[in-house]
Amino acid sequence: MIQAVMVISTQAKPRLLKFYNFQAPEKHQDLVRSVFQLLSASPDSVSNFVKVDTIFGPGTKMVYKHLATLYFVFVFDSSENELAMLDLVQVFVEILDRCFKNVCELDIVFNFNKLHTILDEMILGGQVIETSSEQVVKYVEEIERLEKQSSTTSFIPKSITERFTR
Amino acid sequence: MASTPAAPAVAPSLVDTLFQRSLNDLVKSLRADRSAAGEAAAVARALSEIHREIRAPDAATKSVALQKLTHLSSLHFAPVGSHPLAFPAIELLASPHLPHKRLAYLAASLSLHPASLSLLPLATHQLHKDLSPSSAGAAHQQHLSALALQLLASPAAAAAPDLPAHLAHDLVPHLARGSPRAIAAAARVIAASPSAAVPVLFKPLAACLASPDPRASTAAAAAFCDLSAPPADATPFLPLALDLYNLLTTSRSNWALIKVLKVFARLAPLEPRLAARIVDPVCQLLTRSSAMSLTFECIRTVLTALPAHDAAVRLAIGKAKEFVAADDDPNLRYLGLLALGMLGPAYASTVNDCRDAIAKSLGDADTNIRQEALHLIMGMVNENNIMDIAGMLISHVAKSDPEFANDILGAVLAACGHNVYEMVVDFDWYVSLLADMARTLHCAQGDEIGRQLVDVGLRVLDARPELVRSARTLLIDPALLGNHFLFPVLSAAAWVSGEYVDLTKDPVELVEALLQPRTSLLPISVRAVYIHAVFKVITWCFSVYVGRLGDSGMAVDVIFDRLAADQTVGSESNVALGSGEEQDIGASTVRKDPFSHESILYMINLIQTTVGPLINCNEVEVQERAHNLIGFVHLVREIQELNKRKVADGDKPSRLEELVKTMRTVFCQELGPVSVNAQMKVATPDGLILNENLVELAGIVSEDDTTPSTSIFFYPCSRHSVDTRDEPAVSIGSSSLSEHRKRHGLFYLQTGKTEDEPNDYPQANDSLPSSSNSSVNDDKLKTAELVFAGKKSTSTKSRPKVVKLDTEDFLSSMMPSANVPKEDPLSGALRDVLLGSDAKALSSQRASDINLEGMLNKTSSNESSSQQIDNLGSHPASRSSSRTSKQQNHDKEKGTNPPESDGKEPRKHRSSGRSGHRQGKHKHREKSSTQPDTIPQAPVIQDFLL
Repeated sequence: MIQAVMVISTQAKPRLLKFYNFQAPEKHQDLVRSVFQLLSASPDSVSNFVKVDTIFGPGTKMVYKHLATLYFVFVFDSSENELAMLDLVQVFVEILDRCFKNVCELDIVFNFNKLHTILDEMILGGQVIETSSEQVVKYVEEIERLEKQSSTTSFIPKSITERFTR
Repeated sequence: MASTPAAPAVAPSLVDTLFQRSLNDLVKSLRADRSAAGEAAAVARALSEIHREIRAPDAATKSVALQKLTHLSSLHFAPVGSHPLAFPAIELLASPHLPHKRLAYLAASLSLHPASLSLLPLATHQLHKDLSPSSAGAAHQQHLSALALQLLASPAAAAAPDLPAHLAHDLVPHLARGSPRAIAAAARVIAASPSAAVPVLFKPLAACLASPDPRASTAAAAAFCDLSAPPADATPFLPLALDLYNLLTTSRSNWALIKVLKVFARLAPLEPRLAARIVDPVCQLLTRSSAMSLTFECIRTVLTALPAHDAAVRLAIGKAKEFVAADDDPNLRYLGLLALGMLGPAYASTVNDCRDAIAKSLGDADTNIRQEALHLIMGMVNENNIMDIAGMLISHVAKSDPEFANDILGAVLAACGHNVYEMVVDFDWYVSLLADMARTLHCAQGDEIGRQLVDVGLRVLDARPELVRSARTLLIDPALLGNHFLFPVLSAAAWVSGEYVDLTKDPVELVEALLQPRTSLLPISVRAVYIHAVFKVITWCFSVYVGRLGDSGMAVDVIFDRLAADQTVGSESNVALGSGEEQDIGASTVRKDPFSHESILYMINLIQTTVGPLINCNEVEVQERAHNLIGFVHLVREIQELNKRKVADGDKPSRLEELVKTMRTVFCQELGPVSVNAQMKVATPDGLILNENLVELAGIVSEDDTTPSTSIFFYPCSRHSVDTRDEPAVSIGSSSLSEHRKRHGLFYLQTGKTEDEPNDYPQANDSLPSSSNSSVNDDKLKTAELVFAGKKSTSTKSRPKVVKLDTEDFLSSMMPSANVPKEDPLSGALRDVLLGSDAKALSSQRASDINLEGMLNKTSSNESSSQQIDNLGSHPASRSSSRTSKQQNHDKEKGTNPPESDGKEPRKHRSSGRSGHRQGKHKHREKSSTQPDTIPQAPVIQDFLL
């Protein structure tokens, strides 16, 4: 299964963190730090796989892609294929690109919820549930439509209307 | 009215609601000041704001606050207590408003903490409701259930024991629909609480494998792959083999095929018939598939799970080689090497075929690839190719970055040193390789190289000439003295040079190298070794010189006169001996003959100028050795003076000869490796009460050796005592002892050279070389020889004998124990110390020892030799030498020396000769009380220690 998905900026700031195995919240910062150390230590144009047994437990590896100012990191165990994971990172980046129209780091900074929505459409509980970028983009648009539908019903918060009608 | 003032502080005001900052506002404020302090302040401000807002009765305010809190806790590691976050999240789960609900689910799945699990049951009902069909629209309903499944599969929910039990039934309709989401969630639920979930979910999940919907079957294959992953047992999934097989042959989804292959790789070892069934489809996929991920998975499956199918393995190796050859993709190269590494030893030759490609990978820019290549190469090392491979690897060291260079060096050292150098045939080559390794640019493996240099010297007689040559090249290079990583190597080289000085070609050069000015850069411990090595060298030179004098019958007087004359010059100037001109002459003439008078003189002068100042060194190790050396040099001259004044002329050469020979004898004993177990089993002698301790020892002696030995230390045993030994074996006849020897006897690897070898080497462990015993020893050696004879047939150069201790050798378990009597190192050590083999070793030297003693006494008592005392400063030579001998004597009497770091301090073990007079006395007493038992009786011990 996939153990974690991380998007970390080249400035070592986490932009997206999702753990599929329980990691104590107080450990998150250390995990990000140690992963970032590995990332920054590896030059470009080398293989994208790093063994991370010491960080995420025995048999775990991570695959990463360095794009512009961001590292996209997937951590996985022996039940996943390395090259398939590399493809999945590519799919994830593609989806982001389609959803945000030429994605940049700012899109990711300001769209916390949407990022999670996209990721949740691809991976659930560490299992890949959708690998087609078209499908994921379609689902995400569908969800946005549903949300809009739902929010048009009340533009003004209920508490305010209550106060004024009282 | 009284209650209103308190209210605004707690409850959010209308202003809070109207002017609440959104998540975007928060992010902007966090980005306004990017310094760590600025960010921390912004987070703290936002948190206090959120804590107020999140208590709002209004769902919109609450949800925005929750959103901000989720963001802060997820990406800014805000120390959010679990409850403030968890409770509003669960409250909002029930919101009819979809965006609020989504936020709540996200917050819950991201941030629920085991500490907040008490709250999770509150969510059970809401999850149940969202998973069940409702009146809402289909799309809406599907979305709600997706959210619920998301939470159910989150790690937080997995930790809640009763949640799956309550909700497993709600999953079943979704599984029946073949929803990949539900399948993935079911896998997590089963993994989290198998006992509750398996009865309900396993069958519907298995049915999904056979689902016509490829998304469902793919998800199901992934789910079973996850569930069967180690450390879980894959056996329960064997019944699924048929469905999986169908999927393997029919599915066109690479994802599904990869997962199916993974499951089969786990199932195949459990069911022998399975491998034969799947090998064909796997090979078809391997040849047909264009997807690299699937190809790699096929290779992995074949190499790990189908090793018996030769054709398939060869096909997979061919594909792996294609991966390795992929020049443009480092990922493929890495995975190709990874795949080759999965091969068992049966295919080592196949891997060997692509050695060039692998060797090329050693120079890859990618650390992963280099590491993997090194790992592979070390895996194919055997005794036939180790020279090629090691040479090739060392040539790579110079081209590599420091870290990888040391990885290579470490790997080579470990491979060659494995099991007492079992793969090394040509030790001359190995010794020069060790020296080359030490000289490589980034070498930080000095400790291990130094250890092996000494170890090879101790164990392999034939390697010593080359060892001395290599040590010379290391010692004469002044550049190496500045590299602190090499200090252990230099220490070992100095020790080797001193110990095997009789193999050196140019002792003068050696002395110069050992005393060169840059030695002041060395740490104290290494300097002490250097000085001691000089002592050995000068002693040896003297012995050769004196020997020659005797042979040729030269006019000794003249030479001695000059020696004495020089002495007076030295004492007057007290700093530099002789004029510069004289030294120049010396330096040029000494080259021709290292044992000429000039050479000796030159060396003595050099020693006095360079070591002389060190007798005032504030480090005791250096000071002590400098005293020893200077004392010896003075002694040599002193005798000359004494002779001149008091003794008849004819005595001069004989006096000097005696002294030099005595000193030479001191250093002549063979040092050998000793099992560290022997040491461990002897209790610390500090303040020990002898009777009790020896009783304990008796108990230990009867035990078997179980602990493996990893290191060695030294103890002396007599090489030169064989001829002069005149007494019978003291205690070999005792039954318990011989029993011990049978059980724990040692053996040596033989290569047919036994006849040529002197019988007395190696005796490090067979330390009781009594005449009655020697024939037995020969038999033992021959037995060992026979056993090892077949192994050596291939090598062109016969492998020299390597001393090996029984505890170091796993082969010993394979040897027929009746044929090879074993000897407990402990009993050997004990015997040495307590029962006279040591004394026997001394016996040969006894006569000369007594002479030495006499000389020492004379030296110290004779006031006419006050010059020497002046030169030695505050420590008179007699005092220092007697002190040393006492200390060393003490060491000796401990019987076994403390475990030392491999030869750094061989000095202590030599004490027996130098402190001869004391032990000589012991020996006298001991001879009268022959103890036929391994467990020595109290009186004997008291003799030794009191």
